[in-house]
Amino acid sequence: MSPYAAHADAGNSKRPQAAASNPATGTRCSSLPDDPRFGYALHLGDNALVLAQRLGEWVGHAPELEEDLAFANIALDLIGQTRYLFSYAAELEGKGRSEDDLAFRRDPHEFMNLNLVEQPNQDFGHTIVRQFLFDTWQLELFERLQASCETRLAELAAKALKETRYHWRFSAGWLVRLGDGTQESHRRVQDALDILWRFTHEFFTPGDVDRAATHARFAPDVATLRAPWLARVEPALQEATLIRPADVTHAWHGKQGRHSEHLGHLLAGMQYLQRTYPGAQW
Amino acid sequence: MMDGRVNASRTSLERDIWALLSQVPDPEIPVLDVVALGIIRYVHVQQDPAAPQARSIHVGVSPTYTGCPATEVIHAAIRGKLAAAGHANVHVDTVLFPPWSSEWLTGEARARLSEYGIAPPARARSLRHGCAEPAVRCPRCASTQTQRVSEFGSTPCKASYRCLACREPFEYFKCI
Repeated sequence: MSPYAAHADAGNSKRPQAAASNPATGTRCSSLPDDPRFGYALHLGDNALVLAQRLGEWVGHAPELEEDLAFANIALDLIGQTRYLFSYAAELEGKGRSEDDLAFRRDPHEFMNLNLVEQPNQDFGHTIVRQFLFDTWQLELFERLQASCETRLAELAAKALKETRYHWRFSAGWLVRLGDGTQESHRRVQDALDILWRFTHEFFTPGDVDRAATHARFAPDVATLRAPWLARVEPALQEATLIRPADVTHAWHGKQGRHSEHLGHLLAGMQYLQRTYPGAQW
Repeated sequence: MMDGRVNASRTSLERDIWALLSQVPDPEIPVLDVVALGIIRYVHVQQDPAAPQARSIHVGVSPTYTGCPATEVIHAAIRGKLAAAGHANVHVDTVLFPPWSSEWLTGEARARLSEYGIAPPARARSLRHGCAEPAVRCPRCASTQTQRVSEFGSTPCKASYRCLACREPFEYFKCI
């Protein structure tokens, strides 16, 4: 059973449960037709889950034991975030689905993760670049989301932010070490950056889930994250002696459920057990 | 912030429960109990005066890290401990906000960690700015000539260090 399923603030008066407003900031959610919180929680949870699965693929294969541990630890934090978000989504939906159902019994087109996070692992530098781009985005998003009028999202963001800062220090640290390292390491991370940069366009392009969330005023407009994201990314690239690639305004639509074939393969591996033996437990 | 830990406001039953909780060890760092770790946020007893037997006990617990696999073991251990002492109808609530901080470790917990061979966490500068990265003291030889090997370690709450003086590797309880 999920430790979050019984999320009850029983007696804990710090944050009122029924809040459609955040007492800390005085911001209020507008009325919520069709509950856009469900899709938004899935979107955030899917990002975390799919990236965690990719990081998990490194376990036993990373170049050093310490990096093996690092990827496993980051993946674990992301899975923790996923569990919280999926439990919350399942409660909102109220159809009796569990966090496990949402993770293991949905098809690729029902996943709303960013296209970046499903990109398959290449070399270590490629994973570091993918992580760095994502961590920076998550930092900017969660810093704002912790002031959300939606209590459950604000609480998760505040908690996850502490972990994300750690992740960012790790990925930014390696980005600089590899970029400003040997000719070979520099070439590899620059190549990875050239390949992965195009996927960052989706970070700042609102999808349906973002528009519904912004309309209901519980999440920031993702377009406004671009400038602060760049302000954090560019100094790191400079220190790493990496060249910022040209922006590609190709519209990726992971948030709309349109994915590369990579996600299908990832889910086939991840979901195999529950698909083959539905409801299996140990 | 530490409302649940103010002694004066506790009933004797609540005090008993806090005492029992301080006997529940952290499964990964057994020298720490869950109270010393600062993850117990409140103990509330709801009692119906008309039916004294129908009381329920709520224990609020914060995860150290969202994905820490020890969380569920801790919840089960708390239920087990209270059940063994004859307390029925125990509910363990997950409390995410305010997020747990290593600042909430008790002074005794910090001393016990050090004695156990784990360097205790640095003190946070402020909640907004997070943690300073001071020289971490080697728990074996007390030298501050130490070096971080990795931000991460064998559990989510620890980082890997080595001592340049005595050459021993050790773990550091992360400041978060």
